[in-house]
Amino acid sequence: MDWIVPFILTVITASTPLLLAATGELITEKSGVLNLGVEGMMLIGAIAGFAITASTGSATLGIFAAAIAGMVTALVFAFLTLTLMANQVATGLALTIFGVGISALVGSGFVGFAIEPLPALNIPVISDIPVIGPILFGQDFLVYFSIFMVLASGWFLTRTRAGLILKAVGDSHDSAHAIGYNVIRIRYMATLFGGAMSGLGGAYLSLAYTPMWAENMTAGRGWIALALVVFATWRPGRLLAGAYMFGCISVLQLHAQSAGINVPSQFMSMLPYLATVVVLVIISSDYTKIRLNAPACIGKAFRPAQ
Amino acid sequence: MIRLEPRRQHSQKMVYLSPLLAILLTLITGAIIFAFMGKDPIEALYTFFIMPINNAYGVGELFVKATPLVIIAVGLAMGFRANVWNIGAEGQLTMGAIFGGGLALAFYDSESALLLPGMFVLAAIGGTFWAAIPAWLRTRFNANEILTSLMLTYVATLFLSYLVYGPWRNPEGFSFPESRAFPDAALLPIIYDGTRVHLGAIFALLIVAGGWVLLTKSVVGFQLRVVGQAPQAARHVGFRQKRMVWFTLLLSGALSGLAGMFEVAGPIGQLQPSISPGYGFTAIIVAFLGRLHPIGILFAGLVMALTYLGGELAQIGLGLPSAVTGLFQGILLFFLLACDVLTKYRVRFGTVSKSGETA
Repeated sequence: MDWIVPFILTVITASTPLLLAATGELITEKSGVLNLGVEGMMLIGAIAGFAITASTGSATLGIFAAAIAGMVTALVFAFLTLTLMANQVATGLALTIFGVGISALVGSGFVGFAIEPLPALNIPVISDIPVIGPILFGQDFLVYFSIFMVLASGWFLTRTRAGLILKAVGDSHDSAHAIGYNVIRIRYMATLFGGAMSGLGGAYLSLAYTPMWAENMTAGRGWIALALVVFATWRPGRLLAGAYMFGCISVLQLHAQSAGINVPSQFMSMLPYLATVVVLVIISSDYTKIRLNAPACIGKAFRPAQ
Repeated sequence: MIRLEPRRQHSQKMVYLSPLLAILLTLITGAIIFAFMGKDPIEALYTFFIMPINNAYGVGELFVKATPLVIIAVGLAMGFRANVWNIGAEGQLTMGAIFGGGLALAFYDSESALLLPGMFVLAAIGGTFWAAIPAWLRTRFNANEILTSLMLTYVATLFLSYLVYGPWRNPEGFSFPESRAFPDAALLPIIYDGTRVHLGAIFALLIVAGGWVLLTKSVVGFQLRVVGQAPQAARHVGFRQKRMVWFTLLLSGALSGLAGMFEVAGPIGQLQPSISPGYGFTAIIVAFLGRLHPIGILFAGLVMALTYLGGELAQIGLGLPSAVTGLFQGILLFFLLACDVLTKYRVRFGTVSKSGETA
């Protein structure tokens, strides 16, 4: 059973970028904005985090840079879709195409750079407890942060006034506007939060998961994060479970090869993408679940009546 | 303060002007980016946008690159008009290349004149099949076609990689991950000597013409517009949205599949792990830049083809990574979407006073 602890540890590292990005997108979508640019924002976060860490030697600065870079990218999206009322689907796609390009451009100077992986917060004594020690107490900061953020989002959406307002804006922007809430401003904030979280998700890939930069290194994780939000039917608790399930699938794929399962590696690599399709189909076919939980105004432009 | 004032009618002038404005703004932004990177902006822009096409071969390459973009974008535009978002054209292109290319490999010593037509048919079937999956999942299970078609792109690319690394690898190929070279009978004829412009370019023009007829002269084209712009009204008059989903996805899948086969039977001549520099994604921008209209798409395809050529020259001449292409493409789409606000709104500067007059 020696493999169990390393297995769980890799599942956690594989799940964390998905969880970070998906939590951000969940809040964005709850406000009624559909930002399909998660993949692009993750890539920009990944290169920003890596470039700053590699040039300053400080992972803390790198993490901040990634969050800010994600927010700036989300700001471009927000300006186009919320202020100029551009089509959200098209703008999100533009964000991804842009993110792939600019991250590769900036990243071309950082190919082959080596950095120290994000350090684990090893707490003496308790981290040394067998099995649960390294799993519960031997992770890096962003792992704890991702779990904290998804739980905090759940609390925010159900227990706080601001969360209720956010949901009201996402469910009926006209009514929310009529009672006097600033729909556009609330949506800006939710979108920026989504950008920061996507940026962090990307940074987790380049700082912890594989501490290096490679072109297009997100490999579709941004899209999987989007699918996870649907899978979770916009509920943070299910998001946590979903992200860890997906982490599990992507790690199984690696372990199957080393365990000598004789399937060509490409077919194993298809698993996370196929799993995404299957999961989407199962959830989407349950019409009531989607209808009850999806923000009613998602993807719709809002223009205050004058 | 900037204020947007709705126009009573969409400005037709702006529909045509906004792509031009977007291109101009992209050029200005490009110059700024080049300057920021320590390159002479004028020289860099010249290298990027003029040098690729200052000789006959270069112009030919422009048509070679525009061919798949235009073919795919015409199909995608039909879907976008009806709010069907096929984002997986890249995967459908790959499947078309696999199906069409597979036939060429199965008859690798054939001289039959039927080989090429057979590849046409199989490529279209391959692309259609790959697009039918999201169509079925959307109409039967209500699964979002954006995410499913995109996930299937990753699956198709991995499948191609499996084939060229495994069963379809050239037995005499010194272990390079590539298939046998296609026989001459499986290669598209060159239509202009001294360039690489192949028969696919003629097809692209035919598809533009066909798309134009379909859109403007047929009942289907009318239904597409109604379903996209007024879904409620479409339901009342009995246009079936599901049928539109099927029609647009299968059509764009077939066209993407053809485009993929044109690439492997044209400029590439064999199957490789990578057969497209993202044509399926760039075609999305081409569709928008062309105003979702076949004629516009023809011109937009040429503009976007230029960004690929410019990216290649920028790599050689300026030492920039080829990813600059994607950067320009993304920026162009941003500006295009931003400029589109001008078709629906007038921009007013200044604040509104209490009486409603602009101060």
